[in-house]
Amino acid sequence: MTGALEARLGVRRGAFELDAELVLAPGTVLAVVGRNGAGKSTALATLAGITPLSGGRIVLDGVLLDDGGRGFEPPERRPVGLVLQQPALFPHLTVLDNVAFGLRAAGAGRADAREQAQHALEDQGLGDFTDRRPSQVSGGQAARIALVRALVRRPALLLLDEPLAAIDAELRPALRASIRGVLDSFPGSAIVVTHDVADAEALADEVVVLDSGRVLQRGPLAGLRAEPADPVVTRLLAGAGQDGGSGG
Amino acid sequence: MIAPAVVGGVLLAGPLVALLVRAPWGELGGLLAGPVVLPALGLSFGTAFASTVVCVVLGVPLAAVLAGSDGWPRLLTRVARAVVATPLVLPPVVGGIALLLLLSRTGLLGRPLFAAFGITIPFTTAAVVIAQAFVGLPFLVLSVEGALRGVDPRFAVAAATLGASPWATFLRVTLPLAAPGLAAGAVLSFARALGEFGATITFAGSLPGVTETLPVAAYIALTDDPGSAIAIAVVLVVVALAVLLALRERWLTGLRA
Repeated sequence: MTGALEARLGVRRGAFELDAELVLAPGTVLAVVGRNGAGKSTALATLAGITPLSGGRIVLDGVLLDDGGRGFEPPERRPVGLVLQQPALFPHLTVLDNVAFGLRAAGAGRADAREQAQHALEDQGLGDFTDRRPSQVSGGQAARIALVRALVRRPALLLLDEPLAAIDAELRPALRASIRGVLDSFPGSAIVVTHDVADAEALADEVVVLDSGRVLQRGPLAGLRAEPADPVVTRLLAGAGQDGGSGG
Repeated sequence: MIAPAVVGGVLLAGPLVALLVRAPWGELGGLLAGPVVLPALGLSFGTAFASTVVCVVLGVPLAAVLAGSDGWPRLLTRVARAVVATPLVLPPVVGGIALLLLLSRTGLLGRPLFAAFGITIPFTTAAVVIAQAFVGLPFLVLSVEGALRGVDPRFAVAAATLGASPWATFLRVTLPLAAPGLAAGAVLSFARALGEFGATITFAGSLPGVTETLPVAAYIALTDDPGSAIAIAVVLVVVALAVLLALRERWLTGLRA
Protein backbone atom coordinates (compact mmCIF):
# COMPACT_ATOMS: atom_id res chain seq x y z
CA MET A 1 0.00 0.00 0.00
CA THR A 2 1.25 3.44 -0.90
CA GLY A 3 -0.08 6.95 -0.85
CA ALA A 4 0.49 8.15 2.72
CA LEU A 5 -0.20 11.87 2.36
CA GLU A 6 0.47 14.62 4.84
CA ALA A 7 -0.35 17.97 3.36
CA ARG A 8 -1.03 21.48 4.51
CA LEU A 9 -2.11 23.38 1.42
CA GLY A 10 -1.64 27.13 1.46
CA VAL A 11 -2.42 29.21 -1.63
CA ARG A 12 -3.07 32.94 -1.84
CA ARG A 13 -4.59 34.32 -5.03
CA GLY A 14 -6.07 37.78 -4.78
CA ALA A 15 -8.92 37.69 -2.29
CA PHE A 16 -9.03 33.88 -2.31
CA GLU A 17 -7.05 31.98 0.27
CA LEU A 18 -6.75 28.21 0.55
CA ASP A 19 -5.57 26.88 3.88
CA ALA A 20 -6.47 23.23 4.24
CA GLU A 21 -4.93 20.20 5.87
CA LEU A 22 -5.32 16.88 4.09
CA VAL A 23 -4.07 13.62 5.59
CA LEU A 24 -4.52 10.24 3.94
CA ALA A 25 -3.62 6.76 5.11
CA PRO A 26 -2.13 4.48 2.42
CA GLY A 27 -4.74 2.87 0.21
CA THR A 28 -7.66 5.00 1.37
CA VAL A 29 -10.04 7.17 -0.63
CA LEU A 30 -10.95 10.67 0.48
CA ALA A 31 -13.80 12.67 -0.99
CA VAL A 32 -13.48 16.46 -0.98
CA VAL A 33 -16.89 18.10 -1.24
CA GLY A 34 -17.78 21.76 -1.28
CA ARG A 35 -19.58 24.45 -3.20
CA ASN A 36 -18.26 26.11 -6.33
CA GLY A 37 -15.24 28.23 -5.46
CA ALA A 38 -14.58 26.35 -2.21
CA GLY A 39 -11.02 25.64 -3.36
CA LYS A 40 -11.47 21.96 -4.30
CA SER A 41 -9.86 22.18 -7.72
CA THR A 42 -7.11 24.45 -6.42
CA ALA A 43 -6.30 21.86 -3.75
CA LEU A 44 -5.96 19.17 -6.44
CA ALA A 45 -3.82 21.48 -8.58
CA THR A 46 -1.34 21.96 -5.71
CA LEU A 47 -1.13 18.22 -5.08
CA ALA A 48 -0.55 17.53 -8.78
CA GLY A 49 2.09 20.27 -9.00
CA ILE A 50 0.15 22.45 -11.44
CA THR A 51 -0.15 25.24 -8.86
CA PRO A 52 2.81 25.76 -6.50
CA LEU A 53 2.06 26.25 -2.81
CA SER A 54 2.57 29.69 -1.34
CA GLY A 55 2.62 28.17 2.13
CA GLY A 56 2.48 24.80 3.86
CA ARG A 57 3.95 21.54 2.59
CA ILE A 58 3.10 18.33 0.76
CA VAL A 59 4.73 15.07 1.82
CA LEU A 60 3.81 11.85 0.02
CA ASP A 61 5.18 8.53 1.30
CA GLY A 62 7.86 10.45 3.16
CA VAL A 63 8.99 12.44 0.11
CA LEU A 64 8.68 16.23 0.12
CA LEU A 65 6.86 17.42 -3.03
CA ASP A 66 6.37 21.09 -2.19
CA ASP A 67 7.25 23.33 0.77
CA GLY A 68 6.02 26.61 -0.65
CA GLY A 69 9.52 27.52 -1.78
CA ARG A 70 12.54 25.77 -3.26
CA GLY A 71 11.33 22.28 -2.46
CA PHE A 72 8.97 22.20 -5.45
CA GLU A 73 8.81 19.04 -7.50
CA PRO A 74 7.27 19.66 -10.95
CA PRO A 75 4.22 17.57 -11.92
CA GLU A 76 6.17 15.19 -14.18
CA ARG A 77 8.36 14.12 -11.25
CA ARG A 78 5.53 13.42 -8.80
CA PRO A 79 4.02 9.96 -8.31
CA VAL A 80 0.62 11.61 -8.61
CA GLY A 81 -2.04 10.87 -11.24
CA LEU A 82 -4.69 13.41 -12.22
CA VAL A 83 -7.94 12.80 -14.07
CA LEU A 84 -9.69 15.99 -15.05
CA GLN A 85 -13.42 16.58 -15.31
CA GLN A 86 -13.03 16.77 -19.09
CA PRO A 87 -10.86 13.70 -19.63
CA ALA A 88 -8.45 15.61 -21.95
CA LEU A 89 -7.52 12.55 -23.99
CA PHE A 90 -4.97 13.63 -26.60
CA PRO A 91 -7.05 14.01 -29.78
CA HIS A 92 -4.14 13.30 -32.14
CA LEU A 93 -3.35 9.92 -30.58
CA THR A 94 -5.29 6.66 -30.60
CA VAL A 95 -6.78 5.40 -27.35
CA LEU A 96 -3.91 2.89 -27.13
CA ASP A 97 -1.24 5.59 -27.58
CA ASN A 98 -3.02 7.81 -25.04
CA VAL A 99 -2.66 5.06 -22.44
CA ALA A 100 0.90 4.29 -23.58
CA PHE A 101 1.85 8.00 -23.29
CA GLY A 102 2.81 7.92 -19.61
CA LEU A 103 4.81 4.73 -20.07
CA ARG A 104 6.68 6.26 -23.01
CA ALA A 105 7.38 9.37 -20.92
CA ALA A 106 8.83 7.09 -18.24
CA GLY A 107 11.25 5.71 -20.82
CA ALA A 108 9.53 2.53 -22.04
CA GLY A 109 10.03 1.57 -25.70
CA ARG A 110 7.12 2.02 -28.06
CA ALA A 111 6.29 -1.69 -28.47
CA ASP A 112 6.63 -2.40 -24.77
CA ALA A 113 4.50 0.62 -23.79
CA ARG A 114 1.79 -0.36 -26.28
CA GLU A 115 1.70 -3.93 -25.01
CA GLN A 116 1.30 -2.78 -21.40
CA ALA A 117 -1.34 -0.26 -22.46
CA GLN A 118 -3.20 -2.98 -24.37
CA HIS A 119 -3.30 -5.18 -21.25
CA ALA A 120 -4.41 -2.28 -19.05
CA LEU A 121 -7.28 -1.44 -21.41
CA GLU A 122 -8.33 -5.09 -21.72
CA ASP A 123 -8.36 -5.43 -17.92
CA GLN A 124 -10.99 -2.69 -17.84
CA GLY A 125 -13.03 -4.16 -20.67
CA LEU A 126 -11.87 -1.40 -23.03
CA GLY A 127 -9.89 -3.64 -25.38
CA ASP A 128 -12.21 -2.91 -28.32
CA PHE A 129 -11.38 0.79 -28.33
CA THR A 130 -7.60 0.68 -28.71
CA ASP A 131 -7.47 1.81 -32.34
CA ARG A 132 -10.11 4.51 -32.02
CA ARG A 133 -9.54 8.22 -31.72
CA PRO A 134 -10.83 9.98 -28.59
CA SER A 135 -13.48 11.66 -30.76
CA GLN A 136 -14.89 8.19 -31.52
CA VAL A 137 -15.64 7.10 -27.93
CA SER A 138 -18.45 8.15 -25.61
CA GLY A 139 -18.03 10.46 -22.61
CA GLY A 140 -18.22 7.56 -20.17
CA GLN A 141 -15.69 5.54 -22.13
CA ALA A 142 -13.39 8.56 -22.33
CA ALA A 143 -13.57 8.98 -18.54
CA ARG A 144 -12.65 5.31 -18.01
CA ILE A 145 -9.82 5.52 -20.57
CA ALA A 146 -8.46 8.62 -18.81
CA LEU A 147 -8.51 6.66 -15.56
CA VAL A 148 -6.59 3.76 -17.13
CA ARG A 149 -4.14 6.27 -18.67
CA ALA A 150 -3.43 7.81 -15.25
CA LEU A 151 -3.11 4.43 -13.51
CA VAL A 152 -0.66 2.68 -15.88
CA ARG A 153 2.00 4.98 -14.40
CA ARG A 154 1.28 3.36 -11.00
CA PRO A 155 0.97 6.62 -9.07
CA ALA A 156 0.98 6.53 -5.27
CA LEU A 157 -1.80 9.15 -5.19
CA LEU A 158 -4.65 9.42 -7.67
CA LEU A 159 -6.61 12.66 -8.01
CA LEU A 160 -10.06 12.66 -9.60
CA ASP A 161 -11.60 16.07 -10.34
CA GLU A 162 -15.39 15.74 -10.67
CA PRO A 163 -15.06 12.44 -12.56
CA LEU A 164 -18.81 12.18 -13.18
CA ALA A 165 -19.87 15.81 -13.68
CA ALA A 166 -19.57 15.71 -17.47
CA ILE A 167 -21.49 12.42 -17.75
CA ASP A 168 -25.23 12.09 -18.51
CA ALA A 169 -27.17 11.52 -15.29
CA GLU A 170 -28.56 8.13 -16.33
CA LEU A 171 -25.06 6.81 -17.09
CA ARG A 172 -23.52 7.97 -13.80
CA PRO A 173 -24.38 4.97 -11.57
CA ALA A 174 -22.69 2.50 -13.95
CA LEU A 175 -19.59 4.67 -14.31
CA ARG A 176 -19.50 5.26 -10.55
CA ALA A 177 -19.52 1.50 -9.98
CA SER A 178 -16.76 1.09 -12.55
CA ILE A 179 -14.60 3.73 -10.83
CA ARG A 180 -15.33 2.03 -7.49
CA GLY A 181 -14.01 -1.26 -8.93
CA VAL A 182 -10.84 0.43 -10.17
CA LEU A 183 -10.21 2.15 -6.83
CA ASP A 184 -10.78 -1.14 -4.93
CA SER A 185 -7.86 -2.79 -6.73
CA PHE A 186 -5.66 0.35 -6.66
CA PRO A 187 -2.86 0.04 -4.07
CA GLY A 188 -2.37 3.78 -3.65
CA SER A 189 -4.60 6.39 -2.08
CA ALA A 190 -7.05 8.61 -3.93
CA ILE A 191 -8.78 11.94 -3.59
CA VAL A 192 -12.11 12.49 -5.35
CA VAL A 193 -13.29 16.06 -5.70
CA THR A 194 -17.03 16.23 -6.16
CA HIS A 195 -20.07 18.41 -5.57
CA ASP A 196 -22.27 15.29 -5.50
CA VAL A 197 -22.54 13.44 -2.20
CA ALA A 198 -23.58 10.30 -4.08
CA ASP A 199 -20.00 10.10 -5.39
CA ALA A 200 -18.60 10.50 -1.89
CA GLU A 201 -20.94 7.83 -0.59
CA ALA A 202 -20.03 5.31 -3.29
CA LEU A 203 -16.31 5.92 -3.57
CA ALA A 204 -14.80 7.32 -0.39
CA ASP A 205 -13.79 6.06 3.05
CA GLU A 206 -13.80 9.57 4.46
CA VAL A 207 -15.14 12.97 3.51
CA VAL A 208 -13.64 16.44 3.87
CA VAL A 209 -15.99 19.39 3.56
CA LEU A 210 -14.22 22.42 2.14
CA ASP A 211 -15.67 25.92 2.24
CA SER A 212 -14.02 29.22 1.36
CA GLY A 213 -10.64 27.50 1.25
CA ARG A 214 -10.94 25.97 4.73
CA VAL A 215 -11.80 22.53 6.06
CA LEU A 216 -15.16 22.74 7.82
CA GLN A 217 -15.30 19.12 8.90
CA ARG A 218 -13.79 15.74 8.15
CA GLY A 219 -14.77 12.17 8.93
CA PRO A 220 -16.78 9.23 7.65
CA LEU A 221 -19.92 10.34 5.79
CA ALA A 222 -22.26 8.81 8.40
CA GLY A 223 -20.53 10.77 11.15
CA LEU A 224 -20.83 14.03 9.26
CA ARG A 225 -24.51 13.35 8.62
CA ALA A 226 -25.13 12.54 12.28
CA GLU A 227 -23.28 15.53 13.65
CA PRO A 228 -22.74 18.24 11.06
CA ALA A 229 -20.42 20.92 12.36
CA ASP A 230 -21.90 23.70 10.26
CA PRO A 231 -25.12 24.51 8.34
CA VAL A 232 -23.05 24.42 5.13
CA VAL A 233 -22.20 20.77 5.85
CA THR A 234 -25.87 19.95 6.39
CA ARG A 235 -26.86 21.61 3.15
CA LEU A 236 -24.09 19.95 1.10
CA LEU A 237 -24.86 16.49 2.45
CA ALA A 238 -28.59 16.96 1.86
CA GLY A 239 -27.85 17.01 -1.83
CA ALA A 240 -27.24 13.23 -1.84
CA GLY A 241 -28.45 11.47 -4.94
CA GLN A 242 -29.35 14.71 -6.69
CA ASP A 243 -27.31 15.12 -9.81
CA GLY A 244 -27.06 18.61 -11.09
CA GLY A 245 -24.94 21.68 -11.40
CA SER A 246 -21.36 21.70 -12.49
CA GLY A 247 -18.15 21.37 -10.56
CA GLY A 248 -15.71 24.11 -9.77
CA MET B 1 -21.99 50.00 -55.14
CA ILE B 2 -22.03 47.65 -58.14
CA ALA B 3 -19.82 49.75 -60.42
CA PRO B 4 -16.86 50.20 -58.05
CA ALA B 5 -17.14 46.52 -57.08
CA VAL B 6 -16.88 45.53 -60.73
CA VAL B 7 -13.88 47.84 -61.20
CA GLY B 8 -12.29 46.29 -58.12
CA GLY B 9 -12.87 42.80 -59.46
CA VAL B 10 -11.36 43.77 -62.82
CA LEU B 11 -8.37 45.30 -61.07
CA LEU B 12 -7.74 42.00 -59.28
CA ALA B 13 -8.61 39.55 -62.03
CA GLY B 14 -7.81 41.58 -65.15
CA PRO B 15 -4.01 41.27 -65.01
CA LEU B 16 -4.25 37.53 -64.48
CA VAL B 17 -6.65 37.18 -67.41
CA ALA B 18 -4.30 39.24 -69.61
CA LEU B 19 -1.38 37.05 -68.58
CA LEU B 20 -3.23 33.84 -69.36
CA VAL B 21 -4.56 35.23 -72.71
CA ARG B 22 -1.17 36.49 -73.88
CA ALA B 23 0.84 33.55 -72.62
CA PRO B 24 2.62 31.72 -75.49
CA TRP B 25 0.98 28.42 -74.60
CA GLY B 26 2.39 26.59 -77.64
CA GLU B 27 5.99 27.45 -76.83
CA LEU B 28 5.61 27.20 -73.06
CA GLY B 29 7.27 23.80 -72.79
CA GLY B 30 10.26 24.91 -74.83
CA LEU B 31 10.63 28.17 -72.91
CA LEU B 32 10.45 26.46 -69.54
CA ALA B 33 13.15 24.00 -70.57
CA GLY B 34 15.21 26.78 -72.15
CA PRO B 35 18.49 28.29 -70.93
CA VAL B 36 16.82 31.33 -69.25
CA VAL B 37 14.03 29.65 -67.30
CA LEU B 38 15.30 26.19 -66.40
CA PRO B 39 18.25 27.20 -64.13
CA ALA B 40 16.06 29.82 -62.42
CA LEU B 41 13.29 27.24 -61.95
CA GLY B 42 15.61 24.80 -60.19
CA LEU B 43 17.28 27.52 -58.14
CA SER B 44 13.99 29.08 -57.06
CA PHE B 45 12.35 25.88 -55.87
CA GLY B 46 15.58 24.73 -54.21
CA THR B 47 16.16 27.98 -52.32
CA ALA B 48 12.46 28.41 -51.43
CA PHE B 49 12.44 24.90 -49.99
CA ALA B 50 15.68 25.57 -48.07
CA SER B 51 14.41 28.87 -46.70
CA THR B 52 11.15 27.21 -45.63
CA VAL B 53 13.19 24.66 -43.68
CA VAL B 54 15.15 27.54 -42.10
CA CYS B 55 11.86 29.28 -41.24
CA VAL B 56 10.48 26.14 -39.57
CA VAL B 57 13.68 25.42 -37.63
CA LEU B 58 14.00 29.01 -36.36
CA GLY B 59 10.35 30.02 -36.43
CA VAL B 60 8.81 27.26 -34.32
CA PRO B 61 10.99 28.03 -31.26
CA LEU B 62 10.37 31.75 -31.80
CA ALA B 63 6.61 31.14 -31.97
CA ALA B 64 6.78 28.96 -28.84
CA VAL B 65 8.59 31.72 -26.94
CA LEU B 66 6.06 34.33 -28.09
CA ALA B 67 3.13 32.04 -27.25
CA GLY B 68 4.50 31.74 -23.71
CA SER B 69 5.22 35.46 -23.33
CA ASP B 70 2.10 36.40 -21.38
CA GLY B 71 4.07 36.77 -18.16
CA TRP B 72 6.55 39.20 -19.71
CA PRO B 73 6.44 42.98 -19.26
CA ARG B 74 3.98 44.34 -21.80
CA LEU B 75 6.51 46.58 -23.52
CA LEU B 76 8.84 43.63 -24.12
CA THR B 77 6.03 41.54 -25.67
CA ARG B 78 5.07 44.43 -27.94
CA VAL B 79 8.64 45.02 -29.07
CA ALA B 80 9.19 41.29 -29.69
CA ARG B 81 6.02 41.01 -31.76
CA ALA B 82 6.86 44.18 -33.71
CA VAL B 83 10.32 42.83 -34.53
CA VAL B 84 8.81 39.58 -35.81
CA ALA B 85 6.23 41.41 -37.94
CA THR B 86 8.60 44.03 -39.40
CA PRO B 87 9.46 42.15 -42.63
CA LEU B 88 5.72 42.05 -43.43
CA VAL B 89 5.52 45.83 -43.75
CA LEU B 90 9.12 46.61 -44.73
CA PRO B 91 9.75 47.26 -48.46
CA PRO B 92 11.78 44.19 -49.52
CA VAL B 93 14.50 46.38 -51.02
CA VAL B 94 14.99 47.94 -47.59
CA GLY B 95 15.27 44.45 -46.17
CA GLY B 96 17.96 43.70 -48.75
CA ILE B 97 19.91 46.85 -47.88
CA ALA B 98 19.63 46.03 -44.18
CA LEU B 99 20.89 42.49 -44.80
CA LEU B 100 23.86 43.96 -46.72
CA LEU B 101 24.66 46.26 -43.80
CA LEU B 102 24.60 43.26 -41.47
CA LEU B 103 26.30 40.59 -43.56
CA SER B 104 28.49 42.24 -46.21
CA ARG B 105 32.26 42.05 -45.77
CA THR B 106 32.15 45.41 -44.02
CA GLY B 107 28.88 44.68 -42.23
CA LEU B 108 28.14 44.42 -38.55
CA LEU B 109 28.32 40.63 -38.48
CA GLY B 110 29.88 40.14 -41.92
CA ARG B 111 33.19 41.76 -41.03
CA PRO B 112 34.09 39.43 -38.14
CA LEU B 113 32.72 36.49 -40.14
CA PHE B 114 35.06 37.32 -43.03
CA ALA B 115 37.99 38.05 -40.75
CA ALA B 116 37.63 34.79 -38.82
CA PHE B 117 36.55 32.31 -41.48
CA GLY B 118 36.94 34.14 -44.80
CA ILE B 119 33.21 33.72 -45.39
CA THR B 120 31.44 36.13 -47.74
CA ILE B 121 27.68 35.81 -47.88
CA PRO B 122 26.25 38.48 -50.24
CA PHE B 123 25.73 37.48 -53.89
CA THR B 124 25.79 33.76 -53.12
CA THR B 125 23.01 31.17 -53.13
CA ALA B 126 23.13 31.29 -49.33
CA ALA B 127 22.26 34.99 -49.55
CA VAL B 128 19.16 34.09 -51.58
CA VAL B 129 18.06 31.68 -48.86
CA ILE B 130 18.73 34.26 -46.12
CA ALA B 131 16.78 36.97 -47.97
CA GLN B 132 13.85 34.59 -48.49
CA ALA B 133 13.91 33.41 -44.88
CA PHE B 134 13.94 37.05 -43.71
CA VAL B 135 10.74 37.89 -45.58
CA GLY B 136 9.08 34.50 -44.99
CA LEU B 137 9.74 34.06 -41.27
CA PRO B 138 6.89 36.32 -39.99
CA PHE B 139 4.30 34.22 -41.82
CA LEU B 140 5.52 31.08 -40.10
CA VAL B 141 5.97 32.60 -36.64
CA LEU B 142 2.60 34.35 -36.53
CA SER B 143 0.74 31.34 -37.90
CA VAL B 144 2.39 28.89 -35.48
CA GLU B 145 2.05 31.24 -32.50
CA GLY B 146 -1.68 31.55 -33.15
CA ALA B 147 -2.01 27.78 -33.46
CA LEU B 148 -0.03 27.15 -30.24
CA ARG B 149 -2.18 29.62 -28.33
CA GLY B 150 -5.27 27.84 -29.63
CA VAL B 151 -4.26 24.50 -28.08
CA ASP B 152 -6.32 23.76 -24.95
CA PRO B 153 -3.90 24.09 -21.97
CA ARG B 154 -5.52 21.07 -20.29
CA PHE B 155 -3.67 18.80 -22.71
CA ALA B 156 -0.34 20.12 -21.44
CA VAL B 157 -1.53 19.66 -17.83
CA ALA B 158 -2.56 16.07 -18.59
CA ALA B 159 0.80 15.38 -20.28
CA ALA B 160 2.75 16.80 -17.31
CA THR B 161 0.84 14.68 -14.80
CA LEU B 162 1.57 11.66 -17.02
CA GLY B 163 5.27 12.26 -16.49
CA ALA B 164 6.18 14.20 -19.64
CA SER B 165 8.81 16.93 -19.26
CA PRO B 166 7.93 20.40 -20.63
CA TRP B 167 10.06 19.64 -23.70
CA ALA B 168 8.37 16.25 -24.31
CA THR B 169 4.97 17.84 -23.76
CA PHE B 170 5.73 20.45 -26.40
CA LEU B 171 7.07 17.94 -28.95
CA ARG B 172 4.51 15.19 -28.43
CA VAL B 173 1.34 17.06 -27.52
CA THR B 174 1.28 20.81 -28.08
CA LEU B 175 3.14 20.99 -31.40
CA PRO B 176 1.24 18.06 -33.01
CA LEU B 177 -2.03 19.72 -32.00
CA ALA B 178 -0.79 22.94 -33.66
CA ALA B 179 0.25 21.05 -36.82
CA PRO B 180 -2.41 22.62 -39.09
CA GLY B 181 -1.05 26.07 -38.19
CA LEU B 182 2.51 24.90 -38.78
CA ALA B 183 1.58 23.53 -42.22
CA ALA B 184 -0.26 26.72 -43.18
CA GLY B 185 2.69 28.84 -42.01
CA ALA B 186 5.17 26.70 -43.95
CA VAL B 187 3.10 26.94 -47.15
CA LEU B 188 2.78 30.72 -46.74
CA SER B 189 6.49 31.25 -46.12
CA PHE B 190 7.32 28.97 -49.09
CA ALA B 191 5.04 31.02 -51.33
CA ARG B 192 6.53 34.26 -50.05
CA ALA B 193 10.05 32.92 -50.63
CA LEU B 194 9.26 31.82 -54.15
CA GLY B 195 8.00 35.28 -55.05
CA GLU B 196 10.80 37.17 -53.31
CA PHE B 197 12.38 39.82 -55.55
CA GLY B 198 13.45 43.05 -53.87
CA ALA B 199 15.54 41.72 -51.00
CA THR B 200 17.02 39.02 -53.24
CA ILE B 201 18.21 41.30 -56.06
CA THR B 202 19.62 43.78 -53.52
CA PHE B 203 21.36 41.32 -51.23
CA ALA B 204 22.11 38.44 -53.62
CA GLY B 205 22.15 40.02 -57.09
CA SER B 206 21.25 38.24 -60.32
CA LEU B 207 23.96 35.74 -61.21
CA PRO B 208 22.36 33.15 -63.52
CA GLY B 209 22.34 29.73 -61.89
CA VAL B 210 23.62 31.13 -58.57
CA THR B 211 21.28 33.87 -57.39
CA GLU B 212 18.95 34.52 -60.33
CA THR B 213 15.62 33.20 -59.06
CA LEU B 214 12.39 33.11 -61.09
CA PRO B 215 11.15 36.63 -60.24
CA VAL B 216 14.61 38.12 -60.87
CA ALA B 217 14.94 36.20 -64.15
CA ALA B 218 11.47 37.33 -65.24
CA TYR B 219 12.29 40.97 -64.56
CA ILE B 220 15.59 40.80 -66.45
CA ALA B 221 14.16 38.81 -69.38
CA LEU B 222 11.21 41.15 -69.88
CA THR B 223 13.02 43.55 -72.27
CA ASP B 224 14.97 41.06 -74.46
CA ASP B 225 13.00 37.84 -74.09
CA PRO B 226 9.38 38.59 -73.10
CA GLY B 227 8.32 35.03 -73.92
CA SER B 228 10.52 33.66 -71.16
CA ALA B 229 9.33 36.35 -68.76
CA ILE B 230 5.70 35.43 -69.43
CA ALA B 231 6.45 31.71 -69.10
CA ILE B 232 7.97 32.37 -65.65
CA ALA B 233 4.96 34.48 -64.73
CA VAL B 234 2.64 31.62 -65.66
CA VAL B 235 4.65 29.23 -63.44
CA LEU B 236 4.45 31.64 -60.50
CA VAL B 237 0.69 32.14 -60.98
CA VAL B 238 0.14 28.38 -61.02
CA VAL B 239 2.16 28.01 -57.81
CA ALA B 240 0.21 30.84 -56.19
CA LEU B 241 -3.11 29.17 -57.07
CA ALA B 242 -1.80 25.84 -55.75
CA VAL B 243 -0.90 27.55 -52.47
CA LEU B 244 -4.41 28.98 -52.19
CA LEU B 245 -5.90 25.53 -52.74
CA ALA B 246 -3.49 23.90 -50.27
CA LEU B 247 -4.34 26.44 -47.57
CA ARG B 248 -8.06 26.03 -48.11
CA GLU B 249 -7.64 22.29 -47.64
CA ARG B 250 -5.52 22.92 -44.52
CA TRP B 251 -8.02 25.23 -42.94
CA LEU B 252 -10.82 22.74 -43.50
CA THR B 253 -8.89 19.82 -42.01
CA GLY B 254 -7.76 22.09 -39.20
CA LEU B 255 -11.35 22.81 -38.33
CA ARG B 256 -12.37 19.18 -38.57
CA ALA B 257 -9.56 17.89 -36.32
